[in-house]
Amino acid sequence: MLLTALALFLQTAPSPGEEPVDPYEIKDSNAGATPFSGTGMLEAFGGKEGIRRIVDRFVDANLADEEIGEIFAGHDQVRLRRTLFEQFCYILNGGCRYTGRDMKSSHKDLGTQHADMNRLVENLQAAMATEGVPFAAQNRFLAKLAPMKRDVVER
Amino acid sequence: MYFAKIMACAAAVLIAVPAAAEELRQGGKLLLTNGVTTIEGASGGGISTWALIAGNETTDGIGGSAHVSIVVLPDYDWQSHGAAIGLFDRVELSYARQNFNTRDIGAALGIGQDYVLRQDVFGAKVRLFGDAVYGSPWAPQVAVGVQHKRNLDGWVARAVGAKETEGTDFYVAATKLSLSTSILVGATARLTKANQNGLLGFGGDKGEDYSVQFEGTLGYQLSRRFVIGGEYRTKPDNLGVAREDDWFDLYAAYAITRNLTATAAYADLGSIATVPKQRGAFLSLQASF
Ligand code: HEM
Repeated sequence: MLLTALALFLQTAPSPGEEPVDPYEIKDSNAGATPFSGTGMLEAFGGKEGIRRIVDRFVDANLADEEIGEIFAGHDQVRLRRTLFEQFCYILNGGCRYTGRDMKSSHKDLGTQHADMNRLVENLQAAMATEGVPFAAQNRFLAKLAPMKRDVVER
Repeated sequence: MYFAKIMACAAAVLIAVPAAAEELRQGGKLLLTNGVTTIEGASGGGISTWALIAGNETTDGIGGSAHVSIVVLPDYDWQSHGAAIGLFDRVELSYARQNFNTRDIGAALGIGQDYVLRQDVFGAKVRLFGDAVYGSPWAPQVAVGVQHKRNLDGWVARAVGAKETEGTDFYVAATKLSLSTSILVGATARLTKANQNGLLGFGGDKGEDYSVQFEGTLGYQLSRRFVIGGEYRTKPDNLGVAREDDWFDLYAAYAITRNLTATAAYADLGSIATVPKQRGAFLSLQASF
């Protein structure tokens, strides 16, 4: 009991520059999707470096967005960039582990609406396009995220 | 420091949540996911009705659209225009006026040179369940709808043997964008008596009851703004004097802006009012908010 608690605490101890979050169990399935097989998708996204640039642009766009920027304000950006990178890299079969929370608990009480989800998807599309990801590959990646909408959007 | 941040966050959440819950949101749909407008005024392709709801609104708002379409055929000109409103991405109410110019054929048939057959179409559609983009890739968006059609030149319809000059179609439509393949699939089953959409009335000597007809579409999404594809639509064949064929088209739709979509198609409408091989260009502009 004490050991599990300790293990949980150690696992979820904040990374440098991040704020602490309530303890949770770390598992890849928190990412909400299974990874692609093969290396095609990873290559389409420009490898891990490409994914990092996409995530940074995506997070920047969301923070600056006049519709949804407010929802991100005040949240831990450092953590968001790290966990989003892990999630994308994991799903794109880049050999990463996802250590963030599951989609339901990390988005609860954000008050997200359908229009916010669409806006976020558009920002992601723009970030992927800037990195030169072909449109068909963009859609294949979105296909992995699309089922998560029910966990992210409140109503 | 953390405490202050948490308090600021909590305050922000307390203010934001109730506001968001009541706020009517303007726009917010993904590009092209309101469809374009069919010749009957519903959201869909050019000739097949889809399960999408008109307007740029999401489940939290009200939207709408207006359209003008023309079909330039060897022997006829078909024009339609109208408007639709979308309520909470749930209900669509639409109106379209169809004007079918018979040009020289009008004179040949004895109804008059350039005689225009006119029809009003009043439509209502309700999305039952599902989401064309999100959710399970196997769960389509499904809607049911009615289209009440009033032929304004009933005497022509009667002269060619139509039983009625007004009719109501009922349909169920399923639509899905398969993101993993970028392919858009749609299928619609329609109960109808309409001859050439209703422009030649409803029912006839070869059949006066409702029949089940099919509409299908396959498309490929090339970019956020651009989709190409084809549609097929079966039709009743109720009139002895004027054989009716299934319809077919190949289309390209482009979202010029969030508020303006242009569609161009090659359309094969088969035989219309005794004149075969009516193949031509379909062009449509849709404004939406
Ligand atoms: C399928 C779509 C989405 C995915 C894959 C996704 C992914 C993620 C991930 C991986 C995290 C970090 C989890 C963690 O900290 O452990 C996160 C947090 C967050 N997401 Fe999303 N997200 C999605 C949709 C949205 C939408 C639509 C919004 C709002 C417009 C949003 C706003 C946020 C915010 C504000 C946080 C920070 C929460 C916190 O600090 O506690 N997300 N998201």
